[in-house]
Parts: sequence; structure tokens; C-alpha cells
Amino acid sequence: MLGRRRKRRNIVMEALCIAATIIGLLLLASILTTLLWLGVGGLSATVFTSVTKPPGSHGGLLNAIIGTLVQTAIGTVIGTPIGMMVGTYLAEYGGSSFISSAIRYVSDVLLSAPSILIGLFIYQLIVQPMGGFSGLAGSLALAVIVIPIVVRTTEDMLRLIPVSLREAAAALGAPKWKVIVLVCYRAARDGIMTGVLLAVARIAGETAPLLFTSLGNLNWSISLTRPMASLPVTIYQYSGSAFADWVQLAWTGALLITAGVLATNIIARLLLRGSR
Amino acid sequence: MKLKFAALAVAVITPGLAAQAQTRITGAGSTFAAPIYAKWGEAAASAIGVTLNYQAIGSGAGINQINNRTVDFGASDMPVAADQLRAHDLLQFPTVIGGVDIIVNLPGVQSNQLRLDGETLASIYLGTITKWNDPKLAALNPGVKLPNVAIAPVYRADGSGTTFVFTDYLSMISPTWKDKVGAATSVKWAAGAGARGSDGVAGTVRNIRGGIGYVESAYAEQNHLTTAMLRNKTGQFVAPTQDAFAAAAAAADWSKVQNFAIDLNNQAGEKSWPIESATFVLVPTDAKDANQTAAVLKFFDWGFASGDPIARQLLYIPLPEAVKTAVRAAWKAQVKTAAR
Amino acid sequence: MQQAAALGTLRRRLPTNVGDAVFAAAVRASGAFVLILLGAIIMSLFIGGLPAFRRFGVGFITSTDWDPVKQIFGAAVSIYGTLITSVLALVLAVPLAFGIAFYLTELAPTWLRRPVGTAVELLAAIPSIIYGMWGFFVIVPVMGQIIEPWVIDAIGDIPVIGNLFQGPPFGTGIATAAIILAIMVIPFIAATMRDVFDTVPPVYKESAYGLGCTTWEVMRSIVLPYTRVSVIGSIMLGLGRALGETMAVTFVIGNTDRISTSLFGPSNTIASIVALEFPESPAGSLKLSSLLALGFILFVISFIVLAISRLLLRPRLGA
Repeated sequence: MLGRRRKRRNIVMEALCIAATIIGLLLLASILTTLLWLGVGGLSATVFTSVTKPPGSHGGLLNAIIGTLVQTAIGTVIGTPIGMMVGTYLAEYGGSSFISSAIRYVSDVLLSAPSILIGLFIYQLIVQPMGGFSGLAGSLALAVIVIPIVVRTTEDMLRLIPVSLREAAAALGAPKWKVIVLVCYRAARDGIMTGVLLAVARIAGETAPLLFTSLGNLNWSISLTRPMASLPVTIYQYSGSAFADWVQLAWTGALLITAGVLATNIIARLLLRGSR
Repeated sequence: MKLKFAALAVAVITPGLAAQAQTRITGAGSTFAAPIYAKWGEAAASAIGVTLNYQAIGSGAGINQINNRTVDFGASDMPVAADQLRAHDLLQFPTVIGGVDIIVNLPGVQSNQLRLDGETLASIYLGTITKWNDPKLAALNPGVKLPNVAIAPVYRADGSGTTFVFTDYLSMISPTWKDKVGAATSVKWAAGAGARGSDGVAGTVRNIRGGIGYVESAYAEQNHLTTAMLRNKTGQFVAPTQDAFAAAAAAADWSKVQNFAIDLNNQAGEKSWPIESATFVLVPTDAKDANQTAAVLKFFDWGFASGDPIARQLLYIPLPEAVKTAVRAAWKAQVKTAAR
Repeated sequence: MQQAAALGTLRRRLPTNVGDAVFAAAVRASGAFVLILLGAIIMSLFIGGLPAFRRFGVGFITSTDWDPVKQIFGAAVSIYGTLITSVLALVLAVPLAFGIAFYLTELAPTWLRRPVGTAVELLAAIPSIIYGMWGFFVIVPVMGQIIEPWVIDAIGDIPVIGNLFQGPPFGTGIATAAIILAIMVIPFIAATMRDVFDTVPPVYKESAYGLGCTTWEVMRSIVLPYTRVSVIGSIMLGLGRALGETMAVTFVIGNTDRISTSLFGPSNTIASIVALEFPESPAGSLKLSSLLALGFILFVISFIVLAISRLLLRPRLGA
């Protein structure tokens, strides 16, 4: 027979936890509603067809959108292979040796490192010697953020592959690297894709590392050796500005980037669920 | 179908072809001046065939870039010291003038109703006057009921030219300010809180009863913010209007300064608004990239000749004609470039 | 490491394969690259900050002066702001995150678990600049016009505690930054806590239920003690995230160079001051060097926090 006091305490705690969850969901709803409410008003074809223009000139966000796509793509293309190689090392070659523990630890540090510090690092490494800001520097900063995400996913996915699969391939006479590349990667493909998509979603929304590397560009430019616009940085510049149309574009841009990031996240999770 | 495709192809390629006939110039620096340079750039592309790529990265960074010659011109809200100009072979000239308004949030007080002067403004931002019904403020505002509310000074959290203009004015008026805080794009504020960007300052002032802040006059106008009157050097209380800004620009004696490094703050004249500044452009005087410099000068020459209406539309003040003439003379004399 | 052993014996028996050698070398090189990368980041921040360290010495860390006009820089205000906003954020976030994790593992009906879990994870995916903009637009007015004036009136006059709640209700400041950081960090801590709670062997919980324990008692007496160390580890992970957060904080911290005893006062965090002051820092200047030195200090703090969290999380999650 459950005492009244214990029952009451249980009900109170359960209610508090439900309240906490509702608060969390309400916050998500508030953010999405604010973005929709303030951002939808600025949505128009111009946003996607026109580059950023001076205030009052009916500009859009085309160069910022393209800039984000370009830098995200290059960052992912550079970071993913490196991340996959490191993840493969940790899962297949390193095991539990001291070196692999160290690499695992370092990878986690990079994963949690404040992204603004990565921007500062690339600024010193690339921007200062190059003498100017560039899309390349921005892409490299994003690549550094991608690497640890892909490392972790690759290692986790490779470890999940049953030994029997590897032994079967080895028994057929395949050298180790073929076992990994042709069998294991294929088997873990969906999981690794999920990791890559999550990395893409993460870097697409990053502002701080781009502030000192690709800087932003008010004109159309896809050159990697010149400053390149990106959606988060343009949003950042516009949101503090003194002009109403720029502030509106900032909210519209915010809506676009959030929609893109959330969609990528959801697709990644569906992919993961499908593979399991 | 084929015709449509051909038409589409032409439509896509033509802008690219037209762009090839343009000269490209790059500039970097002041965010204060970014809107006007961008607007001029847009118009100049079709008018004189010069395309401008301007990066609003802040005056300090702009000076950096022109020193390193990674851009064709630098833009700064603070005039650069003469020895620095000599060391880096630069010519400095002003382009437009912009005013800084004081905005307030006091219940019951309308726009241009509140009166302040330099000393009280300095005291507010030093934290020595903390309430709106302080006797010093009441003395300036007979007939206005000032409430017993704490003053909440707001300043720009990010480094900005607007901060420089404002702190330079306070340094001119108040020796205590000059000693304790000084003038720069980013200072060690003694009181109040910061907000990011003009939008942040206006938003924060709007949020808090008793708030006071400073923003570009263009911003205050466009967003219908509640502004305050200031007492100018002559002793008159003026409201921040285009006429007041132009009066200050006209009252300044440009002939007395070197390198056009005029300080337009606290100008004499009955109608003059006390807080405003010219914004400057720096171009190389050596002939290393003479064609690019020539294009830059062509751009600003066009701005002087045809860019006034655009400037006024964005609520900047064009330079007085005499100054424009002097600037053009300086170009001819100091910049080693043949083409014009 | 069965598969490694199996493959190892196989490889010893087979002739050396060029492909294997190349692949193994490439993979090892990547591992080394990651180590070098981290080393390079730390070194570059340290070297960049060296002029500031040399000029100001150890006093750099304790000095509250940040004066661009007089060229005197000190890290104390930024370090203070970073620590206090992050700690406050945790104080707010941990109970909520725990509540959500508890709900997701014990209370929610099975069909609801995935959607709610996904929703919480989406909160984590939202870019931080969005949090900054939303925070300035939604939270700051609420703080400035409703919460702060009420708290200042109600508690401000009480001695000692009242000092924490002084000053004009700007709406921005330490408290607001802490609230937004808390909202950002909740999904991380909740997700990790949920994973950790799921590792409790069901037999323990079932035995407790069998004895007649309520859900809360099972949580408090079985799950929490079992996962205590990992729970702390997940909290530290959240702390690490809060320490480095830039964009969300920049919008609402109210950049200032004084240590404010009031929670409603403005401050700075290392990340926010770097973001705000970098554009106006000429290359090679003492100011830039001071910012890089601050970056180095932040890295060291994050490093330590992460090390502690990994140490605590490893037994449970097999990290």
C-alpha cells in the first residue's frame, strides 16, 4: 500500500518533469514561430535571385546563400576523408593503444572547441600569410569542425559491423584494406552518411569561424581567394544594421538557414533509422 | 524552344560581358560610411563603368588593408595621423559627413523636447549623474517634468566609428572624460551597458525606461526614434536636423587643418549640431598601381559631382563645394597618377 | 578486439600487400594529422598571445582594465563573465535537462518518446546566431520590462542578496546571457543524460518496482546513484559547450569592462569580446595579441573541463 506522502511526492516530481519537457518544447516552438513570423514577410523571389545590395535597393541574399553552399561543400569535401581515415584508424588499426586513446581524446577536444578559436587559428595560419580574407580560409575553418564529427561517427559505425562479415571477406583472400574499403565502408555507409549530414548541418549554421576567415562580401563572388559571403555572417552584419530592409533580410536569412539546418538534421536521422 | 534557349543563354552571358568592360576597385573600412559607398557603387557601375567591392570591416581593419595595399582604398572615420600618412604614402580626403543623434526613452517626453548639453552628457556616461530628475538636468529643462527614474546609458558594444565621433565630442567638452576614457572606436566605458550594432542600441534604449543612447542620425530618422536637443558651442539648443548638420559643416574652417583632418564636433554657429564627423578615404600616393588609384579617384569624383542626391537620401551631408574643390586639387597635386 | 586479432593473424600468414601498406600508412598519417592540428591550434594561439603575456605578465589574468585608448588590456572581466554565465547557465539547465531526460526514459509513452526526443535534439541543432537574434528579440524585452524590474523591486533592497539584483533593468546582461546559454545547453545535457539513464540494467529498476517503489523513487535511489558519475560528466560536457558559445552571447551580454556584482549588469565573455573587438584590432597590435591571449586562456579552460568530463563519462558510455 503506497503511503500518501510518497505518492504525492511522486506525482509532484512527475509533474515537474513533464513541465520541464513542455518548457523545452515551448522554447522550440517560440524560436520557430519567431523566425516564421519575422522572416516570412521578407520571403520573395528577390531573396534568391538578387545579390546583397545597399539599403533601399531591394537586394537579396543570393551571394550569401551560394557562399554558404560553396564553403560548406568544400569544408565537407576536405574534412570528411580525413575524418573517415582517422575513424578507420581508431576502429581497425589502433584498438585500445595509448596513441589511439590520445587521438580519440584530441578529436573530442576539437569537437567541443569553441568555433571562434578555430577561426582565430585559421586567421593566423592562412589569412595573415595570404594577406587577405578568402573563401578558402573559411572553408578550411569549417573543415576543421567537420573532422571530429566524422571521426566519431565513422569509428562508431565501423565498430558496429559484425566480425563475421570481416572474417568472411578475409577468408576469401581479401587484403585488409580491401576488407575495410569494399566491405566495411559499404556496410556502414548509411551511418557514415548520417555523420556527414550532421556535420553539414552544423557547419552551415556556424558564424564565428567565418568572421575572421572569409569575412563576408557585399558583392557577388565565388572566388576562393577573395572574401566570400555566407548566410550566417550576412545575417550577423545585417541584424545590427541601421536599415529596416537589411534587418528584414536578416530575419528572412535566419529563417532560411534554420529551415535548411533542421531539414538536413531530420533527413540524417531518417537515414540512420533506415539503416538500422 | 531553341530560340528561347538562345535568348536565355544570351541573357545569362550578357551581364558577364558587360561586367568585363568595367573597372573593378576594392575598398575596405568604415561601417559608418558603408551604406553611402555601396549606394554610390551601385550607381557608378552604370554611370562611369567602375564597379566597387566594399567591405565594411571597421576603420582599423580598413587602415590595415590599405597600408598593406590589399585594397585600392581604405575608409576610416577617424582621421589618420600625419606621420602615419607619410610613412605609408597615403593621401587622406573626406567624402561625406554624418551626424550622430542622442536618443532617449522617457515616458511623457517627446522627440526634440529634452535638452542636454555636453557636460551633462559626459556626466551621464561617466556615471556621475544617475537619475533623470537630477538638478543639473532639471536646470536645462524648465517646464519638462523629469521623472525619478534611473538613467540607463547605452553604448555600442562593437567597435565603431559612431563611438569615435561621440567620445571625441565628449573629450572636447569634458577634461574628466578625456582623462578617464578618451576617444576611440572602442573605449573603456565607465557606466551603462553595450549593445550590438545601431539596431541593438536602439532596441535596448526602446526596451528600458530611462534609456539614453547614441546612433547615426540616418538610423534615428528612419526609425522615428525619440531624439534630444543639444546645446552647441554658441549656446543654442538645436535639434538634429539636416540643416543643423549642414550648418556645422559650413561653419568649420577646413583651411586650418592638414590632410583635411577636420574635427567637425562642437562647431560654432547658431544652428550647428555639435556631434558630427566627416568620414575619410585613404588612397596611395605612390604610382605602384596608378590605374587602380585613378579609377578610385574617378569614382569619388563622380560621387562629388553626382552623388549628392543619393547622400541626402541616406541622410548624409555632402561636403561643402569649397572642400570638394580643395580635395580635387589635392588629388592632382599629390597622387602620382597620369590618368583622370 | 577480436577482429583485430583475427585479421592480425591472417595478415602475418599472407604475403605483404602494397595496398595494405599504403592504406595503413595513410590512415596512421591522418591520425597523426589530427594530433598535430590540435597542437598547432594551441601553439598558434599561444604564440599570437605572447606579446600580451610578455607585456602584462601574470597580471594579464587578474587585471580588469580593458582600455583600447591607453593600450592596457586585462583578462579578468572576460574570464569572470565566461565563468559566471556558464555556471549560472548550468544551474538553470541541469534541473530542466534532468526533467526532460527523466520524462523521456521513464514517463513518456513509447509512441511519444521518439518525436519528443527528436524535438529536443532539434533544439540542439539550431544555429547559435539564431539563439542570439531570438534572445535579443524575445527574451531581452521580457527580462527588461517584466522580470528584472519586478525582481529589483522585490529583492533589490534585501541586504547581501539584494546586491545581486541591482541596477537599471537593461534586459541584457549576465542573467539574460545565462538564460539563453541554458536553453542552448539543455538539449546536450538532456540527450547525454538520457543515453546514460538507458544504460542502467533493467533488472535493477524492475527489482525496485517489484518492491513497490514509485517511479520517482526508482529514479532517485537506483538510476541516479548508478549513473551519478556519468551524470556529472554530461553536465561538464554542457559546461564546455556553454564556455565557448559566441554568437548567442554577443547579442545579449552588453559588452563592458567592469566586473558587475549584479546579475543584471552587463559583462563580457572571452568569446564575445573576441567577436566584438576583433574587427577594430589592427594586425600586429597589442589589442589583437591580447585577444589571441584570451583565446588561449579559453582553450585551456575548455580543455580542462572536457578532460574532467571524459574521465567521468568513460566508464558508462565507453567513450
